[in-house]
Amino acid sequence: MATIESPMAGKVLEINVNVGDTIAEDDEIIVLEAMKMENPIFATDGGVVKEIKVKDGQQIAEGEVILVLE
Amino acid sequence: MDFLLSMWQSMSFDNLYWGHIVMWLIAFLFMYLAIAKGYEPLLLLPIAFGMLLTNLPSDIMQPGQGLLWRFYHYGEEWAVIPPLIFLGIGAMTDFGPVIANPKTLILGAGAQGGVYVTFFGALLLDFNIRQAAVIGIIGGADGPTTIFLASKLAPEMMGICAVAAYSYMALVPVIQPPVMRLLTTESQRKIRMKSLRKVSKLEKIFFPIITVIIITLVVPDAAALMGMFCLGNLMRESGVVERLSQTAQNELMNIVTIFLGISVGATMPAELFLTPAVIGVFILGTVAFAGATACGLGLAHLMNLFLKEKINPLIGAAGVSAVPMAARVCHKVGQEADKRNYLLMHAMGPNVAGVIGTAVAAGMFISVLK
Repeated sequence: MATIESPMAGKVLEINVNVGDTIAEDDEIIVLEAMKMENPIFATDGGVVKEIKVKDGQQIAEGEVILVLE
Repeated sequence: MDFLLSMWQSMSFDNLYWGHIVMWLIAFLFMYLAIAKGYEPLLLLPIAFGMLLTNLPSDIMQPGQGLLWRFYHYGEEWAVIPPLIFLGIGAMTDFGPVIANPKTLILGAGAQGGVYVTFFGALLLDFNIRQAAVIGIIGGADGPTTIFLASKLAPEMMGICAVAAYSYMALVPVIQPPVMRLLTTESQRKIRMKSLRKVSKLEKIFFPIITVIIITLVVPDAAALMGMFCLGNLMRESGVVERLSQTAQNELMNIVTIFLGISVGATMPAELFLTPAVIGVFILGTVAFAGATACGLGLAHLMNLFLKEKINPLIGAAGVSAVPMAARVCHKVGQEADKRNYLLMHAMGPNVAGVIGTAVAAGMFISVLK
């Protein structure tokens, strides 16, 4: 079981994956807002999304888990 | 007949000349850019309106009596407004990335190299030494600091240099990327940086206090800007005066921006603005800004020769003080090379250090040239 962690701090603007989706490495998974800039965050790993750990509008820290993959 | 004649004489059509009309057109262009294109509208709109007003024949900039003259005199000539803006910028700034990675302070200082290069360039082009200093500081891409320095050294240059500085702040995404691509290789742009450590509240509280003590002792003439900047930052980080911090960032900032914009615009009457020197200022301003970017990149390369943990040289370009535009540009250029490279927060370190760097550079000019 792999996890994808946030590479930077920011506020979750968009979540572009659903539980059950199959994603590949480098797919855009969420968009984070930091410094008034929208930052797409890309998957560091591929797999089937088992759990999404963040919510829309949530402030997340660097290193926080975004997705759990199967 | 006499009545009509005296009516005509009381009007100001007679005092119009072609220069005024040219300035109106420039003011209209600025208004268009602000309203239709959204270029820095908070500043450009009042600046454009100030330009228009000052180029209508009236006494509005008459020393001792005109309204805009009073705004200008008490706000800028007395150098009150730029430090108040710094209070707000201080309250908006998070020094976390600098504290987590103090090496970035060096990059914030390094980018000021462009300021000094341009200073000498302007001297060669026959500007006097005080004017050259004000033109050089445009390289920091810091509007308030440019206005502050102009008020101390070359008030006649204030309007044009302020417009140039704010233009370059808006042009960060245009001017910086080509310089950045030119001075780095693809593999250097791909360097990923290790995550920043967590910074404690206590460190954030001590940072502005220690900074203001050190900088004021070393460069006393930067005290007005840095004093206000550090106070604003302490208000933010202490967490006990949320109301003051919010006021400094929002209401106060907005209020002084109105007075700053309109009176900076008013310092550009046609007689002063429509001279060849103005073109020189804009060209040298570009040199200053591109030069500052190059100096930051160069210094980052130099640091990498000694560092075990390499930094991405792109963050050196964020050493100019256009916050957070320069950091965003680093992030974007970095992602062009590797889309999973997230440089934004790493670039914020040199970027906020650049604000301090430009204010210190201005203070140094004042101490030497006043």
